[in-house]
Amino acid sequence: MEPNQQTESDTELVTETLVEEVSIDGMCGVY
Amino acid sequence: MTTTAVPRLVEQFEHGLDAPICLTWELTYACNLACVHCLSSSGKRDPRELSTQDCKAIIDELERMQVFYVNIGGGEPTVRPDFWELVDYATAHHVGVKFSTNGVRITPEVAARLAASDYVDVQISLDGATAEVNDAVRGPGSYAMAIRALENLAAAGFSDAKISVVVTRHNVDQLDEFAALASRYGATLRITRLRPSGRGADVWDELHPTADQQVRLYQWLVAKGERVLTGDSFFHLSGLGEPGALAGLNMCGAGRVVCLIDPVGDVYACPFAIHDRFLAGNVLSDGGFNNVWQNAPLFRELREPQSAGACGSCGHYDSCRGGCMAAKFFTGLPMDGPDPECVQGYGAPALARERDKPRPAGDHSHGGRRREPVPLTLTMPPKRLCNESPV
Amino acid sequence: MSAPAQAGAAEFNPDDAWRLHPQVAVRPEPFGALLYHFGTRKLSFLKNRTILAVVQSLADHPDARAALRAAGVEDAQLGPYLHALGVLAGSKMLVPVAPEEAA
Repeated sequence: MEPNQQTESDTELVTETLVEEVSIDGMCGVY
Repeated sequence: MTTTAVPRLVEQFEHGLDAPICLTWELTYACNLACVHCLSSSGKRDPRELSTQDCKAIIDELERMQVFYVNIGGGEPTVRPDFWELVDYATAHHVGVKFSTNGVRITPEVAARLAASDYVDVQISLDGATAEVNDAVRGPGSYAMAIRALENLAAAGFSDAKISVVVTRHNVDQLDEFAALASRYGATLRITRLRPSGRGADVWDELHPTADQQVRLYQWLVAKGERVLTGDSFFHLSGLGEPGALAGLNMCGAGRVVCLIDPVGDVYACPFAIHDRFLAGNVLSDGGFNNVWQNAPLFRELREPQSAGACGSCGHYDSCRGGCMAAKFFTGLPMDGPDPECVQGYGAPALARERDKPRPAGDHSHGGRRREPVPLTLTMPPKRLCNESPV
Repeated sequence: MSAPAQAGAAEFNPDDAWRLHPQVAVRPEPFGALLYHFGTRKLSFLKNRTILAVVQSLADHPDARAALRAAGVEDAQLGPYLHALGVLAGSKMLVPVAPEEAA
């Protein structure tokens, strides 16, 4: 997953996007 | 203000959520068909089946919990006399519905009604792109019945029905034909994994895809699967390619983001795991669905970090997560070892050994189950013809 | 795959007024929130409570920038937030408030 805009700080980077889309069909255990 | 790394979504989900994202709700064990691989061993209605009032109380809870979407199945859910009443009640209470059906009650009138609703999705079960392949598993006439349902839906202007296929040794070479069928009826193709669950335990050895077929299946999904749904059921094949190549969360959702409510109100970790080992509780006797979801000891156990066990030394564990819990359980393989269909072949030695296969929780099959060994080719397809009155 | 839609990000103008689509339901989670669009069947996950606060307060502000400021997002941190709002706009979870003249 590509990091997009990064804000550097002494601690950690925001390396993930703040929103993630998931398909309603995209989880295992539902038929 | 410090900025912190945002954990991967999957890491959040593995700890479980306050409510499921989606769940399967089997409304009845009654069914007009007798598919050889039925994951819920359906056929006859269970006398303890939940009442209409019980079902509405569950829907009320789902609304409060903000479960936005349920997959209603069975058995054949449309044979319940209150089926439409319950679907309407759900959609009126902010619970979207997809229902899985063999097509028996999808008449032109029903199709028109569905086309007029915004919040109901339909999934037609089909396990062969030809009657010959399909009916060997689902019974004589079942292919025609499913196609008729698709035709009725298309003619009524219903958009985007799902055709849901369980991939077997005998239909895995028909994937392009399935895609063509879906296209022909304006539907979306969905393919899912055959699990050794319910009656599936009896036929899994002969029906599950071979290792070579699994590779072809994976390749087909990567090449042509962009608009094909999978219910994330092929995450056990992730080791065949790059991580993230297959769509989906790529994790077992059982007890974490999904679960099953069965026709008598039992709550299981997932519909492929109908066995006491994966029974979390009952909505009637354990204080309602929300209480079971949040507090059942089984679900708390599943939401703990899981150990990789014997798979810990394999470089693919991160992407395959050791595969499917239900597949391991019902083939009698250890839960902390490889999936029976492990793409590295680590499951094969265990399958070759003597193993104790747990029996499913209940058997609602018409005429009981066959217990003798199954011949290599299915010379005994289901005897029952399509029957509108299964009770 | 869950890559965000690049096209959606390009359409988002933070100086416009935005709101949640009326068919979108918001379910807070400990780590953020789940958004479900009943019309499109799309699910989006917001991965912190700040972006949730922004999204929930959009309709109360004249434009998205004001909502971001009110939620405590400093200018230097805007990037990921604007991108997130763009993704939500792209999947129609967020819609412009300006009637008819909006693209």
